[in-house]
Amino acid sequence: MSGVAIIGIGMHAFGRTEGMSGMDQGVVAARRALADAGLRWSDIEFAVGGSMQGPQPDSMVSRLGLTGLPFTNVVNGCATGGTALATAANAIESGRADVAITIGFDKHERGAFRISSDSKGPDWYGGSGLALTTQFFGMKITRYMHQYGISQSTLAKVAEKAFRNGSLNPMAWRRKPLSEQEVLDSAMLSWPLTQYMFCSPGEGGVALILCDAKKATQYTEHPVYLRASVMRTRRYGSFEVLAPSLALEHNDGPTADASRDAYEAAGIGPSDVDVAQLQDTESGAEVMHMAENGFCEHGEQEAMIQAGDTEIGGRLPINTDGGCLANGEPIGASGLRQVCESVLQLRGDAGERQVPGHPQVAYTHVYGAPGISAVTVLTR
Amino acid sequence: MTTRVPVSEWLFRWPSDHPVLLASRCLNCGNHVFPVQDGCPRCTSDASEVVELGSRGTLWTWTVQGFPPKAPPFLGATSPEGFRPFGVGYVELPGQLKIEARLTESDPDKLEIGMEMDLVYDVIGVDEQGNEIVTYAFAPAGQEGQS
Repeated sequence: MSGVAIIGIGMHAFGRTEGMSGMDQGVVAARRALADAGLRWSDIEFAVGGSMQGPQPDSMVSRLGLTGLPFTNVVNGCATGGTALATAANAIESGRADVAITIGFDKHERGAFRISSDSKGPDWYGGSGLALTTQFFGMKITRYMHQYGISQSTLAKVAEKAFRNGSLNPMAWRRKPLSEQEVLDSAMLSWPLTQYMFCSPGEGGVALILCDAKKATQYTEHPVYLRASVMRTRRYGSFEVLAPSLALEHNDGPTADASRDAYEAAGIGPSDVDVAQLQDTESGAEVMHMAENGFCEHGEQEAMIQAGDTEIGGRLPINTDGGCLANGEPIGASGLRQVCESVLQLRGDAGERQVPGHPQVAYTHVYGAPGISAVTVLTR
Repeated sequence: MTTRVPVSEWLFRWPSDHPVLLASRCLNCGNHVFPVQDGCPRCTSDASEVVELGSRGTLWTWTVQGFPPKAPPFLGATSPEGFRPFGVGYVELPGQLKIEARLTESDPDKLEIGMEMDLVYDVIGVDEQGNEIVTYAFAPAGQEGQS
């Protein structure tokens, strides 16, 4: 994929905004993205909206303008943003539209996601206290630490970095730096993960404006090109969230599959990536996703993170905007936040958190229930 | 005596003098899935039978649920006084599958990957009629000291 460019980005700050619905925040993001691209709503030929909690995204046309444009709604768990972006990009690649917008927003209640399941009789899974994504994160990193020698100090350093980066990001929710010791000393929520190692469901909105790459310079001096946008579901034998049973045999999860597909589509490899945004629903996820996305071998994260390789000035800066840990996770907006941050980094507009040395290639990755992943590769 | 009710009729044998879990076994490829479902995720066949799973396995990974899950859907106590942390893990049942379960042990110092575990029935909480709600769980081998 090289025929699609991102020419506008807009965001409503993540966190908690009293008095504003999720959709209100999506509308703010859309207007900011239009302003960034120097366009009006009437210039948009195709729209895609993503939200887990709703309301139905296309209803926002009553406020943005009743221009009659086609507007597709997407719900795809944590891959909602990635799928919304891919859908809009496909509309451009197919020739259906020259200019499209992708809008993601959400507003979740406080605390861990409330997950009720099951059509067959009573909800035994949630009833038993097993329907918590937080447990999966604890269990996956427990096994990973056992297999590959990752320390709790490394888990805490991931969170310390996230809050330090978040403190440099005016759009982030958690902007107070926390030390490694403060992270380790916070409440133990799901062994071995403490409170400050977890992100929280939150609120926010993000919008991106895409166009046919051949026309990008008509709109902006600094287009960013979407080289790959891939979404994958799990295969048999992978270890996934909210699974009452797992196979005895082991296969790679959807992250590794989506990542391989994305590198192939973009014609680059992990060593070409200059800045990466990886799903960090908790510290352990960022550690494991480094290897699952091809950035290191399993177990190498321990030395890399202890040496500061993933810091903004390091060899491979990861989650430069503070990631989910500092921004929270409004599901419909979260994947698009990663793309928005990548565009800022590639434009050189990331302010205090700008990765030095003019990054050329950016990478984004989300993972979520019930075993899905979406990856994008972006270049200047 | 308190009446006990199963959290579901189709996860395990109830009533039963010893704990037994039920699963699907694919008639085409032999793959096991818990709980019982139609359709084999391994080979895509839709022909399966209901079989009993083994009751002893090894702990594949684990965590401890340290805060009260939201109710609903959680059926256990959620008040600060009533909630007690519980272990959660995957237990590998040889030749069958890895099953996710509550663990009767919740002390991180007493849980270790690879340890032997036995199936038990355990109480989640009490329903509005005062019945104890029972589900399956795993206990460290030799420690099934309840019901």
